[in-house]
Amino acid sequence: MKYAYYPGCSLDSTGIEFNLSTKAVCKALNVELWEIPDWNCCGSSSAHVTNPYLALGLPARNMAIAEEAGLDVAIPCAACYARSKNVELAVKESDDTRRKVAMMIGREYKGESKARALVDVFYHDLGTEMIKQKVQKPLKGLKVLTYYGCLFVRPTKTAFDDAENPISMDEIMTALGAEVMSWSSKTECCGASLSACKSTVGFPMIEKILDDAQKSGADCIVTACPMCMANLDMRQEQIGKKKGVHYGLPVYYITELLGIALNLPPKSLGIDRHFVPAIDLLNKIEPTTGGGGQ
Amino acid sequence: MKRVGVFICHCGTNIAASVDCAQVAENLKGYPNVVFSTDYKYMCSEPGQEMIKETIKREKLDRVVVASCSPRMHEPTFRRCIADAGLNPYLLEMANIREQCSWVHPHDMERATAKATDLVKMAVAKVSHDAPLAKSFSPVTKRALVVGGGIAGIQTAIDIANNGYQVDILEKQPSIGGKMAQIDKTFPTLDCSACILTPKMVEASSHPNINLITYAELEKVEGYVGNFDVTIRRKARSVDLNKCTGCGTCWGKCPTKVDSEFELGMTKRKAIFTPFPQAIPNKPVIDREHCLKFKTGKCGLCQKICPTGAIDYTQEDELVTTRYGAIVMATGYELFDHSVYGEYGYGKYPDVITGLHFERLINASGPTMGKIKRPSDHTEPKNVVFIKCVGSRDETKGKAYCSRTCCMYTAKQATLVREKIKDSNVYVFYMDVRTPGKGYEEFYNRTTETYGAHYIRGRVSKITQDGDKLRVRGEDTLLGRPVEIEADMVVLATAMVANADAAKIAQLVGFSYDKDDFYTESHPKLAPVETHTAGVFLAGACQGPKDIPDSVAQAGAAAVKVCALLSKDMLETEPITSEVDTKTCAGCGHCVDVCPYHAISLTTIEERLLGQTITRSVANVNTSLCQGCGACTVTCRSSSINLRHFTNEQILAEVDALCQTIQNK
Repeated sequence: MKYAYYPGCSLDSTGIEFNLSTKAVCKALNVELWEIPDWNCCGSSSAHVTNPYLALGLPARNMAIAEEAGLDVAIPCAACYARSKNVELAVKESDDTRRKVAMMIGREYKGESKARALVDVFYHDLGTEMIKQKVQKPLKGLKVLTYYGCLFVRPTKTAFDDAENPISMDEIMTALGAEVMSWSSKTECCGASLSACKSTVGFPMIEKILDDAQKSGADCIVTACPMCMANLDMRQEQIGKKKGVHYGLPVYYITELLGIALNLPPKSLGIDRHFVPAIDLLNKIEPTTGGGGQ
Repeated sequence: MKRVGVFICHCGTNIAASVDCAQVAENLKGYPNVVFSTDYKYMCSEPGQEMIKETIKREKLDRVVVASCSPRMHEPTFRRCIADAGLNPYLLEMANIREQCSWVHPHDMERATAKATDLVKMAVAKVSHDAPLAKSFSPVTKRALVVGGGIAGIQTAIDIANNGYQVDILEKQPSIGGKMAQIDKTFPTLDCSACILTPKMVEASSHPNINLITYAELEKVEGYVGNFDVTIRRKARSVDLNKCTGCGTCWGKCPTKVDSEFELGMTKRKAIFTPFPQAIPNKPVIDREHCLKFKTGKCGLCQKICPTGAIDYTQEDELVTTRYGAIVMATGYELFDHSVYGEYGYGKYPDVITGLHFERLINASGPTMGKIKRPSDHTEPKNVVFIKCVGSRDETKGKAYCSRTCCMYTAKQATLVREKIKDSNVYVFYMDVRTPGKGYEEFYNRTTETYGAHYIRGRVSKITQDGDKLRVRGEDTLLGRPVEIEADMVVLATAMVANADAAKIAQLVGFSYDKDDFYTESHPKLAPVETHTAGVFLAGACQGPKDIPDSVAQAGAAAVKVCALLSKDMLETEPITSEVDTKTCAGCGHCVDVCPYHAISLTTIEERLLGQTITRSVANVNTSLCQGCGACTVTCRSSSINLRHFTNEQILAEVDALCQTIQNK
């Protein structure tokens, strides 16, 4: 199983542990990742508020290189995924757009190489049965909340899972042996960059998610989006302090917990790089002998 | 040489404002076959018609063209008019110079006048080729079938029966009563639904002219207006209705419990059951899917204890064919399945219920004996949120139309919550409040003013389960800000939709339905209870969302139409039907396939050819069934099938007339 891949800006900086764990887990699961040479930023929100063609051209270039290599692209970051999927659909929908995009980036992208979210690849291409087979250290007793945020499930055009009740991460976590708790903020927006540029709006959005998470009685939150991670992990203490609460809720990338279940060392996955200490909780999980899913 | 008279109508200024009518009349003078041409202000008026009659006599006209409005409007008027003057009524043509000319070309009199002239010339060409036609007659079976035993069907049947005609009510459930039997109170008077329905049910069952056929379905409909041969499948009840006294011993002892359909799964019924205590007939059926006797062969308890020996496990479905003069469709509606609304929990939150669930919850004989309790933990809710337009007016997930009844039943339910739970808070999310009915607006005002329900204009974007509470988030679009309400229970006013099998039944009976599968009336204003199929009428919500008063009114209207039909001994049939030229018909059968009324079949004829007798297949039209649509004539490859009054020759004469004027330009 081989996919083109690129870390994107987040996984190269604030979300470095997502990159470490993605690579480690894919290796362990025999998913070969071919890093797109000279990949560029997907443009994120900045591009599509600037110019609609800039927003198409930037991700199209990465996709075009993958298409030349004949590979679909497995994308860890939610924003990179949404932007790339968007251009894939746009060039398939309109010849005019396809031609304009080709003119901009100086190469053809026909939409044949598909943008795939990494979670989607795990869920649909590997399948939960196969993942279960590979589990060495079931996450027994770990109560997790799956947090999808916006970009994997909205808009429905680019979504790979149900908009209101996505289940892909739930089923992967169940396959790992964790207990998936139900809660009401599963697909709420974390406010994205509003926490930086307009914190009076952004912070209450994060606060609501953390409050919901705490109420649910779960041990931790699992996500696949570097923006959500930054908001829930980095801002957690700041927001807690303001209202005199200590949340103490570790937030994990889904690849980190996959890595733990595959019995990879936490540090190799970057779990020591979190703001909210995240290793202690995992140390409580007892490795079972003999391997195999339980 | 034909003698055609041409009469151009001004229709006040409707036509005359953009068509120079006098000029059109002038243009027609001297046109082939035209011996008289004039214009007049209102041709349909008494003096207008008198003028036509006098002119026919004076000028010895043998055909007439009236240029005015659509033939749908006044063709019958002018046919009568020329018949009074002694002409065959089918020697009339109407040129539609209003809807198809003046109204669509209001600002260009010169060209509109030229177009009107062309239209009239075409009509003259056609009328010159028209042949006199005569109506024929067929007998009428004086018995009606009402399909559906809800309030609309019951009322239709009672009204027909009171006029002295025999009626059968066909109901697929074990009891008549329909949705109204499930409703608690009715707006705007808040009288008990069952209390006003059950007397009607009793009247229907005891009326000497009404025959109830319950637990039965339509199987096949053949024939035509006045003589429908309807085959009904009487499903095996496993209970002999003649022996059963309805004592209830059987369902008292039956060991199998099944979710009650009538209580929407909120309580259990037995495998041998009547749907509700006031059921009519109050005699049970065995649900063979769940009955132990049918599943495992064991049990048989009901048969052992039945004091009259009415239980019969060997009963089988029975097909019965009966002839009816008229059919009334009163098959009702279903509620929209809100599980497509992920934002409302995909139908998975136990305390998010529909309006009909609420009716059962508040009903004294319902699962909670009329105490409003949450389905999840049976506690009394304090904060109740109502959401309107769930599935209605939402093209992305539901239906484009307004369901008409929800505004009022939501107001009613909001009132009842406030009345029964004194310290409750009621919130109603709405898009618009539509209360067009007698006493409706006043009722809604009482709901907000006297009962203090909080109406919030906006849609709910999301409901989340938060512990044992529901968090309802939406927008107050009047204040322009988001609102969030912690609710104990949410009631969804789900859309009224056509029955899942509505289209199938319409095809079976042979009439048309709309894109939402509601049955199509013949004319939205002037023929609201007729269908396009003669002898088939509509009552109640199968035609479109409707409340009880409207359903009952429509039932009465349908009954009158049925009685008008059944009061005749013989039925006039329209002569505009297809006929087959068997000399050229090759018997290919294409016309049989396209005929929407199943009026054409293939028959075998014998003929002498070169001294030998041969047999061959040709098309044959049943003129009683033929509605004159013309689909067969355009399908026929050898032009062997022709529609009377719209023959190929007549249509081509019109085309020729038009082409000549084009050529002259």
